[in-house]
Amino acid sequence: MGVSIAFWIFATMAVAAALAVIAVRNIFRAALSLIILFGAVAALFFTLSADFLAVAQLLVYAGAIAILILFAIVVTPNFQFANRSNKLWLPTLVAAALVLAAILVGIFRTAWRTTTPADLPTTGDIALALFDQRLGFVLPFEVASVLLLAAIIGAIAIVREK
Amino acid sequence: MVGLNHYLALSAVLFAIGLYGALSKRSAVVVLMAVEVMLNAANIALVAFSRYVVPPLGALAANQGAFSGQIFAIFVITVAAAEAAVGLAIIIYIYRTKETVDVTEVDLMRG
Repeated sequence: MGVSIAFWIFATMAVAAALAVIAVRNIFRAALSLIILFGAVAALFFTLSADFLAVAQLLVYAGAIAILILFAIVVTPNFQFANRSNKLWLPTLVAAALVLAAILVGIFRTAWRTTTPADLPTTGDIALALFDQRLGFVLPFEVASVLLLAAIIGAIAIVREK
Repeated sequence: MVGLNHYLALSAVLFAIGLYGALSKRSAVVVLMAVEVMLNAANIALVAFSRYVVPPLGALAANQGAFSGQIFAIFVITVAAAEAAVGLAIIIYIYRTKETVDVTEVDLMRG
C-alpha cells in the first residue's frame, strides 16, 4: 500500500518535471526540473526494490550529468533564455502522441506473465548475476570501461584549444 | 495495487514527452536534456520488467536471466554518461565556432 502511494507521488512528480523540461521558457529552470525528474526516477527505482540502481541514478544522473548540463548552459550564454521550438513542433506533437498511443496499446493488450515479487534488496544478487562466471556480463562490463575512457579522451580532444 | 502496467504506462508517457522535446526544440542543450528524459523512461521500463516478469529472487542458481533488466539499466546509465560528456563537448565546440547552439542553424551537412 505504501509502495502504491509512493508510486503515484513520484510518477506525478516525474511527469510534471518532464513536462516542465520541455515547457519552461528559461533553459536554466528546465535543467533544474530535469534534476527533479532524475530524483523522482531514483525514488521509483526504490519502489521497484532496485536499490543499487536508485543510488547509481542519484550519483550519475543527479550528480554528474546534471552538473555537466548546467555547465554547458553556463558556457553557451546567448541562448540561455530561449527554450524555443522549431517550425515542426505541431507534426512532432502528433508523431509523439501516435508513438505514445502505439506503446500504450502494446502495453495493455499484451498478457504479461507477471510474478508477485518479494520486497527484498537486490544489490547482492545483481553483483552475482553481473559477474557470474558462465552467464555473467564480464565482457560488456570491460567494454563499458573502455567506452568511458574513450568518451573522456574524446570530450577532451573535442573541446581542447587548438 | 500498482503493477507492471502502471510502470510501463509511466515509462511510455515520459518517453513520448522526451521524444517531442528531442524533435521539436531548437537549443541543442534542451535536445540533449530531452534525450536524457527518454533514457530514463527506458530505464523505468527495464527495471519494471526485471522486477515483475523475469523470475526474480532465487532463480539465479538455474540462471533464467534474473536481473538482466536491472543489469541492462546499469549499462544504459553508463552509456548515457558517456553520451552526455561527448554530446556536451560537441555543443561547446559548435558554440565556439558558430556562436550559437541553435540546431536549426547548424546545417553544414545539409544536401
